[in-house]
Amino acid sequence: MLEIFTIPFLQRAFIAGALVGFLSSYFGVFVVQRGMGFLGSGLAHAAFGGVAIGIFLNQEPLLFAIPFTILVAIAITYVKEKTNLAEDTAIGIFFSVSMALGIIFIALKKNYSSDAFNYLFGSILAVNYNDILITSLLSLVTIILFPYWKKWAYSSFDRELAYTDKIKVVFDDYLLNIMVAITIVVSIKVVGIVLIAACLVIPPAAARLVSKTFSKMTVLSIFLGVISTFIGIIFSYYLDLPTGALIILLQAVFFFFFMLIKNNS
Amino acid sequence: MKNVVESKNLSFSYNGILALSDINISIPQGKFVSIVGPNGAGKTTLLKIILGLIKNYSGTIKVFDKNPDEVDPALIGYVPQFKTMDRKFPAIAIELVASGIIRKWPWRIRGKSKQLAYEALSLVKSEHLAERSLSSLSGGELQRVCLARSFVRNPKLIVLDEPATGIDAIGESDLYNLLENYQSKSGATVLMITHDWHVALHHSDLVLLLNRRQIAFASPKEALSEDNLRIAFGHIGHQHNFRGEN
Repeated sequence: MLEIFTIPFLQRAFIAGALVGFLSSYFGVFVVQRGMGFLGSGLAHAAFGGVAIGIFLNQEPLLFAIPFTILVAIAITYVKEKTNLAEDTAIGIFFSVSMALGIIFIALKKNYSSDAFNYLFGSILAVNYNDILITSLLSLVTIILFPYWKKWAYSSFDRELAYTDKIKVVFDDYLLNIMVAITIVVSIKVVGIVLIAACLVIPPAAARLVSKTFSKMTVLSIFLGVISTFIGIIFSYYLDLPTGALIILLQAVFFFFFMLIKNNS
Repeated sequence: MKNVVESKNLSFSYNGILALSDINISIPQGKFVSIVGPNGAGKTTLLKIILGLIKNYSGTIKVFDKNPDEVDPALIGYVPQFKTMDRKFPAIAIELVASGIIRKWPWRIRGKSKQLAYEALSLVKSEHLAERSLSSLSGGELQRVCLARSFVRNPKLIVLDEPATGIDAIGESDLYNLLENYQSKSGATVLMITHDWHVALHHSDLVLLLNRRQIAFASPKEALSEDNLRIAFGHIGHQHNFRGEN
């Protein structure tokens, strides 16, 4: 059993998985509480556009996906702030345009490998030291930005109250959406574009069911996010099944378990 | 006496529609002022201008001698309509009160913040609600917690937006008693939106009667005269106003 912790590619997978579990479930509490679930899905698909550009240019896809997805996150927030359009409409527009771009770039690449599929469905084998470095850096920035939890939580509860207390709500929204965008991009190698949105939603939603306060919800969500990623990787290794799908199914088990507890309490 | 709020020719248009026109008011310190008017009269718009949430108005308005968006938020205790609050947000009452102290959402509440939050809850006779989830509170209970949240920062101005909406008659009466008690002890100015002119008549020192323009800004009896109410509301309702005649 313990030998799996000595295999180099699994060591990288565990480190990247734990960090991705932490990031997605931490930012996910705001995504869930603000009813922004579609943003996660939209940005994940937008990331495909950036990945495809990287593949087309024979460069590291993440280096293109990160700025591309950040731009999309900024554009979605801008359209929401400056027009009467609902956020889901803005997401719908940018998400489909990015996907369309991605499909065009993949089609232009005559002899593309299985790279695109690795990003769509996740591949733990594909996690390299660069991925770990980027994910570690993002985790560090997230920890440094922890004071923003109090501001994001305040405006998640009531934007108007936050405004009256001179919180820079719009700036904070941009920052949050950018952090969510980067989290999605660095997570897609582990979970895949198709499933990453679930990582942002299921652990926080499960935590919400049994948490009385937002801080407890945050802590429990992080715990569920990390533990499900860890167990998912182990199951994936022994059962020879896709890691991303197993992680999501485990998270769903936690969710339904907490729902059962909640309904019986 | 110093004025807490002072406006001259204050107007505001939104999408080409005049929402407020020529508001000229001076609210002295320590007064209980009601803003009365029908739905769509511009009451909440005026409140948002005073709170610094709307900036593109014309004319002038000063709050504590400053432009509204430059006022120290610690001077103002804002009680929003609790119906607009997200009651599904996982939070307990003491956290909501503590947010009034730190002006952010608390990660955890300890020491001085905890003590101040309990003191504020005791002012509204609600210490027993401290650990209760917001979702489990009745309308009246949540409104008292919101009052405690505004009291906890010792504000010089308390601003309330339709505080009685959705609470029963006893809860409403409790609310005004708590508010008046606090005001008499602290000397704070109270600015309250209401569409119920009976409430304004009984609790206010001054009434601003609005319907997109200023119809009256005077003592309650003067401002809420039959003629003024007809202008503001188009009728004076089934119940007669301040004489108590039916």
